[in-house]
Amino acid sequence: MIKIEDLSKSFGSFYALRDINLEINSGDFWIIVGPNGAGKTTLLKIIATLSQPSSGSININGILSNKNKLNIRRQIGFIGHQSFLYNNLTAEENLKFYSQMYYLNNATQRIDEILKRVGLWDRKSDLVRTFSCGMQQRLSISRALLTDPNIILLDEPFSGLDQSAIDNFIQLFSSLISPDRVIIMTTHNLQLGLQLATHFAILSKGRIVHKDQTNMIDLSRFKDLYKELTGGAN
Amino acid sequence: MPIKAILTIAWKDILSEFRSRETISSMLIFCLIVVVIFNFMFEPGSTLVRQMVPGILWVAITFAGILGLNRSFIYEVDQGCLLGLLLCPVDHSMLYLGKMLGNFIFMVIMEVIIIPLMIVLFNLDILSIILPLALIILLGTLGFAAVGTLLSAISVNTRAREILLPILLFPIAIPILLAAVKATGSLINEGTIADARSWIKILAGFDIIFLVISSLLFEYVVED
Repeated sequence: MIKIEDLSKSFGSFYALRDINLEINSGDFWIIVGPNGAGKTTLLKIIATLSQPSSGSININGILSNKNKLNIRRQIGFIGHQSFLYNNLTAEENLKFYSQMYYLNNATQRIDEILKRVGLWDRKSDLVRTFSCGMQQRLSISRALLTDPNIILLDEPFSGLDQSAIDNFIQLFSSLISPDRVIIMTTHNLQLGLQLATHFAILSKGRIVHKDQTNMIDLSRFKDLYKELTGGAN
Repeated sequence: MPIKAILTIAWKDILSEFRSRETISSMLIFCLIVVVIFNFMFEPGSTLVRQMVPGILWVAITFAGILGLNRSFIYEVDQGCLLGLLLCPVDHSMLYLGKMLGNFIFMVIMEVIIIPLMIVLFNLDILSIILPLALIILLGTLGFAAVGTLLSAISVNTRAREILLPILLFPIAIPILLAAVKATGSLINEGTIADARSWIKILAGFDIIFLVISSLLFEYVVED
């Protein structure tokens, strides 16, 4: 479904990513872990067509990502540690805005359905600025799921969330895992990452230094391996 | 379809501004201060006023416009919304045009309020030339918003964005401002559009050039 070949990204003489090779199949849930500055967000941005690789290629469902960006973006739902929501618009207006930007049919019905799913239907007419961090994150998930994307990219989704919001998030996300969908998440939370994902990749200094299936490793071994390969950095 | 995206973005900006009233109110207050201070200096209805009004008008429009342009992308980067916009399956030049349209509308709303006030305060008899004057102001505002929106997207990610935007904008917008001030001056002082016609053509030409170049460059400005 997603094939990344010899991908590198440099900013001047600095390489943010170097020789990345990954093959991600439908139904996979990958976590990308690594210390700050390892290149995790850059990798997600390149997959989402927001940044051009300096060399190499990404093939998504048979389409080269730099050839048909709009088509690729239509297939992607992106959730970051920021909500991408407008504080002065209501929950419903935010989702309407994004549904129009995605040229979504039956938007009203879809918005109602998705707001009920994340438990925000009764707050749909409230301004986003009145929402708690956890509610904003739930609405942000609704925004990303509006188009029912088959690729979901999560960039540090647990940042700034309390334990209860994280629990809600995990519950919601477990229901999204499906054989037709790919989920790629960057995180610092090794335990949660290992709990959710089917595969992992450790990124250090722009290179993938290890990748495997999560069922091949337990948490303590994973933590040791992470420390060993990244020099113990967080 | 692309038109729908442009209108959706502009409508979102207008709705958001309607709720906060932060941008237009600061633009209006600034304009009002400029106009009132200049009104203290000159005798209303005098020849000197007619000579000075084009300059006063464009000083008020451009400086107040900077306030609005500065805020335009701050709203987008606040919650990472710019990233959300860039992820939409819409050509990035359409995002630029949507933001530009929003900025243009805010400036026009401000002008609709401030220009009648100027006519009253400076005792100007310009009713016979109001339509060509409106055309010049709209063309000048369009060009200014076209360049300003692009430069606002450039400056928003810098630490000194409030200072950087005017520093970048004014030198680049000189052709627009020069043509707009000259056209306004010719029209108000001569009372006919004849002398202003060549300046209006130059203004329209620069509008097209700046709109096309800015919409093409926007993709590179927002990409990493």
